Amino acid sequence: MYKYVIKRLLLTIPVLLGVTFIVFTIMALTPGDPGRLILGQTARQEAVDQLNHELGYDQPFFTRFFNYIKDIVTKFDFGVSYRTQQPVFDEIWARFPFTLRLAVFSIIFSSLIGVSLGILSAVKQYTFIDTFSTVMAMFFAAIPGFWLGMMLIYFFAYKIPLFPTNGADSWDGYVLPIITMTLGGAASLLRLTRSTMLETIRADYIRTARAKGASQKIVIWRHALKNALLPIITVLGMQFGGLLGGAVITETVFAIPGLGMHIVTAIRQKDVPVVMSGTLFLAALFCIIMLLVDLLYAFIDPRIRAKYSR
Amino acid sequence: MSERLLEIHDLEVIYKTGLETVYAVNKINLSLDKGKTLGLVGETGAGKTTTALAILALLPERTAHVKGEIIFDGQDLLKLKEYELREIRGEKISMIFQDPMTSLNPILTVGSQISEALMLHNDQNRSKEEIEARVEEVLEMVGIPAFRKKDYPHQFSGGMKQRVVIAIALACEPELLIADEPTTALDVTIQAQVLAMMNELRERLQTSMIMITHDLGIVAQTCDDVAVMYAGEIIEYGTAIDVFTGDKHHPYTVGLFGSIPNLEVDSPRLSPIEGLMPDPTDLPQGCKFSPRCPKCMDICREVPPTDYVEGGHRICCHLFNKEGTK
Repeated sequence: MYKYVIKRLLLTIPVLLGVTFIVFTIMALTPGDPGRLILGQTARQEAVDQLNHELGYDQPFFTRFFNYIKDIVTKFDFGVSYRTQQPVFDEIWARFPFTLRLAVFSIIFSSLIGVSLGILSAVKQYTFIDTFSTVMAMFFAAIPGFWLGMMLIYFFAYKIPLFPTNGADSWDGYVLPIITMTLGGAASLLRLTRSTMLETIRADYIRTARAKGASQKIVIWRHALKNALLPIITVLGMQFGGLLGGAVITETVFAIPGLGMHIVTAIRQKDVPVVMSGTLFLAALFCIIMLLVDLLYAFIDPRIRAKYSR
Repeated sequence: MSERLLEIHDLEVIYKTGLETVYAVNKINLSLDKGKTLGLVGETGAGKTTTALAILALLPERTAHVKGEIIFDGQDLLKLKEYELREIRGEKISMIFQDPMTSLNPILTVGSQISEALMLHNDQNRSKEEIEARVEEVLEMVGIPAFRKKDYPHQFSGGMKQRVVIAIALACEPELLIADEPTTALDVTIQAQVLAMMNELRERLQTSMIMITHDLGIVAQTCDDVAVMYAGEIIEYGTAIDVFTGDKHHPYTVGLFGSIPNLEVDSPRLSPIEGLMPDPTDLPQGCKFSPRCPKCMDICREVPPTDYVEGGHRICCHLFNKEGTK
């Protein structure tokens, strides 16, 4: 098993290198140079050239890429933001908790709501509960996040001032953004859980369990749910990764200084080091989450466990 | 005269969905004595498995409509509540399912799948150790070394999986064992082994059995009584001797026997029964076998036949009824 983990961790290296290379290339293809960006529109061309030379921007593309990687690997140096002149990693590290908090809470709530309602509507298929939750799921899956966010602000921050409209200074600032991010995820999880549970409930081994005299409770919890869990965990992992990187819209609507917003601002201002390290950071996180998902697989399914230990 | 264990009166199962109505089982009557084996024979789709699932009340509640009486040990199973049925399932009546590949839960060890049945019906208040000991005993009984109880289903071959399925069914020493084509999914050498094992266990434990199969060879080897099913009806019923050697048979039974390859007669090809089983959503009027019957008469297409009885041998055909003969 630990062999598998080591193998997987080693495999993330080429993935991260690939991500870095792609983003680096894209950033290099966009117009503009760091010297001009740092010194501003009114600076003299000589000063700009001088700064570009100091930053190594006048060197060929591959040399720059190689140096970038070398600095990360040897010195754990992710560079300095063009815009703020602060070390990039410190900035990311300062922003990350906001995004992490949003993502963790919304993934917890959406899995609690989505999975439990999904099980319920599968077990009580064709009843009122089933129809109701399926319709609600369809509704919330179809609603775009930014619209839901704005509606929540309008009703629960403006009309009935329960929560602040923006910011993340205290806990109540998180409520509306977390609701925004939870509902969409819960909706798709509900639909997935319902369909995999329905499929599992019809399996032969479920009939075997019932023929043994097992009660509905045992059949659902011990036999069906564990088997239905695999696809659910995959989607949960991907959703979590997506929430970490893609909370941009919610962060923008609620003006929360999270990582997503940080990276988008950096892209707009061509702050290359921030964009690079931000993406690299998210990619690494995603790889780790996926590894955890695969390990969870092995924990649940002995067939996969057997494959890993080979 | 031995004791009656199971009696089925006018059992009817209809699957109703929004789109269609399937007449799966149509008013069948069966009985089974203690310690005896009944063979339920017929083509795919004749209603054999539906009958078995009806006995265990495992049919889908929403779509399957069950009528009639299933008297087991003096109780009508169709009138019992769900929790009362749970007491019977697995303990008094258990079932061996058709496909061993999918009948075991892939993520639980075989040991825990066997012990589950024991724990659900723990009337003797056995301790954990006693249950584990019983699991090992049952595994050994079906010919699997006890240390393999910690293995998962994917670590077993098809034949071994079927043995595990049988072990689960036998763990609580049921009074009635329903074997739904227990050997269909296995290859021939394993089939013989599994059948021999089941026969031996049945004799040792004195269990009654319903053997569902479409293999007449298996019926000959294992059954005391035989019921031949066609389109949800029992068209011939009697002792194995009646059905195998008697001189009067339902034309369908004749066809069934005719479709077994005969090594002694040199015939260039098999003689199958022509045609297909009628569509259960739209059964023919009169005798359901009439469209395929080589001896079909005018009356067969209009009037459903009644049983012709000769001792314990029942044949549901116009051929042997006085009003049917011309």
